[in-house]
Amino acid sequence: MADGVEGKVPAFALGSVAKVVGTLRAGSTWPVTMGLACCAIEMMAAGTARFDLSRFGMEVFRASPRQADLMIVSGRVSHKMAPVVRRVYDQMAEPKWVISMGACACTGGVFNNYALVQGCDHVVPVDIYLPGCPPRPEMLIHAILELHQQIKAEPLGPDRATVARAVEQAALATLAPGEARPATVNGVLA
Amino acid sequence: MNTDHVAPPPDTEFDDAAFVAAAGGDWSDVADEIARLTEERVVVNMGPQHPSTHGVLRLILELSGETVTETRVGVGYLHTGIEKTMEYRTWTQGVALTTRMDYVASMANELTYVLAVERLLGITGAVPPRAALIRMLMAELTRVASHLIAVGTGGNELGGTTLMTVGFRGREEILRFFEMVTGQRMNNAYLRVGGVAQDLPPDALAFLRGAFGGVLRSIDDLEDLLMKNPIYRGRLEGIGYLDLAGCMALGITGPVLRATGLPFDLRRAAPYCGYEDVEFDVVTETTADAWGRFMVRMREMRQSMRIAAQCIERLEASPGPVMVADKRIAWPSQLSLGPDGQGQSPAHVREMLSGSMESLIHHVKLVTEGFRVPAGQVFVQTEHPKGSHGVHLVSDGGPRPYRAHVREPSFNNLQALAALCNGGTVSDVIVGLASLDPVLGGVDR
Amino acid sequence: MSDASQLSGPATDDATTGSLVPVDWLPTRDGMFGAPDSGDTSGFGGLHAVEEMPGPSPRPYGEWFDDAVDTLIANLPGGGEEIEKVVVDRGELTVYVSRGGVVATLQALRDVPALRFELSLGVSGVHYPADAGRELHAVYHLVSITHGARALRVETAAPAADPHVASTVSVYPAHDWHEREAYDMFGIVFDGHPALARILMPNDWVGHPGCKDYPLGGVNVQFHGASVPPVDERRRYYS
Repeated sequence: MADGVEGKVPAFALGSVAKVVGTLRAGSTWPVTMGLACCAIEMMAAGTARFDLSRFGMEVFRASPRQADLMIVSGRVSHKMAPVVRRVYDQMAEPKWVISMGACACTGGVFNNYALVQGCDHVVPVDIYLPGCPPRPEMLIHAILELHQQIKAEPLGPDRATVARAVEQAALATLAPGEARPATVNGVLA
Repeated sequence: MNTDHVAPPPDTEFDDAAFVAAAGGDWSDVADEIARLTEERVVVNMGPQHPSTHGVLRLILELSGETVTETRVGVGYLHTGIEKTMEYRTWTQGVALTTRMDYVASMANELTYVLAVERLLGITGAVPPRAALIRMLMAELTRVASHLIAVGTGGNELGGTTLMTVGFRGREEILRFFEMVTGQRMNNAYLRVGGVAQDLPPDALAFLRGAFGGVLRSIDDLEDLLMKNPIYRGRLEGIGYLDLAGCMALGITGPVLRATGLPFDLRRAAPYCGYEDVEFDVVTETTADAWGRFMVRMREMRQSMRIAAQCIERLEASPGPVMVADKRIAWPSQLSLGPDGQGQSPAHVREMLSGSMESLIHHVKLVTEGFRVPAGQVFVQTEHPKGSHGVHLVSDGGPRPYRAHVREPSFNNLQALAALCNGGTVSDVIVGLASLDPVLGGVDR
Repeated sequence: MSDASQLSGPATDDATTGSLVPVDWLPTRDGMFGAPDSGDTSGFGGLHAVEEMPGPSPRPYGEWFDDAVDTLIANLPGGGEEIEKVVVDRGELTVYVSRGGVVATLQALRDVPALRFELSLGVSGVHYPADAGRELHAVYHLVSITHGARALRVETAAPAADPHVASTVSVYPAHDWHEREAYDMFGIVFDGHPALARILMPNDWVGHPGCKDYPLGGVNVQFHGASVPPVDERRRYYS
């Protein structure tokens, strides 16, 4: 199944169209306003004058996940919050990307305990891991620029929704002892 | 009309009052269905992901038209288990955990914690005066940074993004000083039991003097933008009223309490850290509404800058140790800037590795096991930017707390939200919430 | 208080610090370093240390504490029967009351003009699993603004098998969320609370995470070629 622009482009033009689409997608990545903890303050700081996220066309934080392409999981994800994070992610339209901001979102950080999900990649697929407690706004901007490069280089292939589902199913599958999980590159099964 | 998404749930117990569950779909369908089935009485869920709830706060509002008839607050979405984690970490490591509770006022949290451990140890009087001064300076700058965020994000939630950028601009000046001294912009973990982690770098106070202008200019700008702004005044005046009796009943402290006219400030009522030796005024207002709380915060920032200026003068005049002399408690080394950006001082490493075996043993024991604290319990409170911040510590005589409980002013103050919002309009909920200035990291811990 | 002699004990010079009495419900330590999984090569393996918590303080307590306790006893309906012991330690006054008398005690502390603790800073739970019959403690922190930010602590205890304490929301409405938190974390049931539900953990959570027998619940930390257990399962200096 090929939804969206991928299915409508003749095969010989696919490379050029992919470049154009990648540039457009990278240049208008709108984050969703989802602040969780300390990192959210640094995320807000990244939007203010000294760091000025608007240089990259990204100061427009969308309050509605339906209008956003990028979810920045900024802070610790508790077991109580995890379903909400997943719901926000599910409400975002494809294509969508996730930055896991901060040590807590990446691994649970210093809080290795009963209350926290030990890494938000248990809940949503993550494109960029950004460590730090909290990471500086410059680090967030760097992560976003890195993500822009990934987005630009992303090939047009099967549509992202199908791919994301396949990757998630593979990740959820019960593994036999010693069996390795299938490798993924940029969210695509290698 | 597609009414799949507005169908009453099965097994509904609302016989006489029809129940409509709306999740997604076209809002006009939902509105039509509500009009058909019910009176105009809607329960709206707000949060935990909402740009105006100050973090992951969930509000359940029962509306009659535009009027809020009942407010319920759902917290716990940021519960991090910090108190329990502290029971498994040493007394020194506890600082790094308390600092992450109310994350916009990190060092104010640390201050209460270290004062509590010091009282348990019985070394309150042994903390060097320079360390107390640095703590006071840090606590006051933290207060300014916290209030700038309170006013700035509060304004942002009313639709004024400029207020947020102005508030954050002033805060950045303070954070640069924090970074210079502690190595971190937030979550500093700078205060230590017995003193502070490290003395101020040589040029830090001169840097702070230079940064004063920027902070004060941000405060000025906020005043210019807001004091006579008719829209802002109209949104805040008379909104979120809570008088002194209400504050006392609900245990409200901090700027919210002082906005009712009661000059209760622990810095004056029960001084700690040398607050009895500095000049400042306890700011009060009498309107007991959101406007009064805003005014208290604005004027308090100037008083905090006044205290900070006095601290700078004294710090420049009084060099000295910043850690207790007792080697059983004092951290054995100063940190220094190595090629990797951090590290033990080379002199200390040399002493340990080639000079003295006992020094090495002492260092390893103190860093890995930590010091032991005599059994007993204490409750220490300080004036946090949000109100009375209390730390209840129980020790069983070991190197880790037996129980640590933090009484967060945000947690307590948030209880008042229903009293502030019921009977007002939906837009006033935002104002009432912003005037309480809860930080969810502190509420949920 | 059941035994009045404890309230009016002999006066000592060191009035502000209670005598230390060994308390058998705190953890005891054997050996010097406490690592039980290695042989004793230090020669200190025979050490046996009993921790001491501050015990009941003798009169006079010092500062304003004597007057406050006298006034409190005079204004309690049971004439002081509610008070189990009074501890003055590190300059702080703690009044231990029976769980039946906690509401009357707080009511008197709030309403009597000479006491007037009008502000409560909340309730915190503490779990002492070895304190048989009194495993769950609820600690109330009170402040009197009228009398210059005086602080006082009231503590009560309930057995884990019957974890019921009367709710004090009627005296201090601020205790609403604090009691919910103590219930959530420790399972102390505050009878008469208007809506005693979990507040921090999800509603369907099983267990009360603050209790000592509830594991910290971390996962193994993965490194390249190594796996480190969570902090509560690592080797420790003593139990």
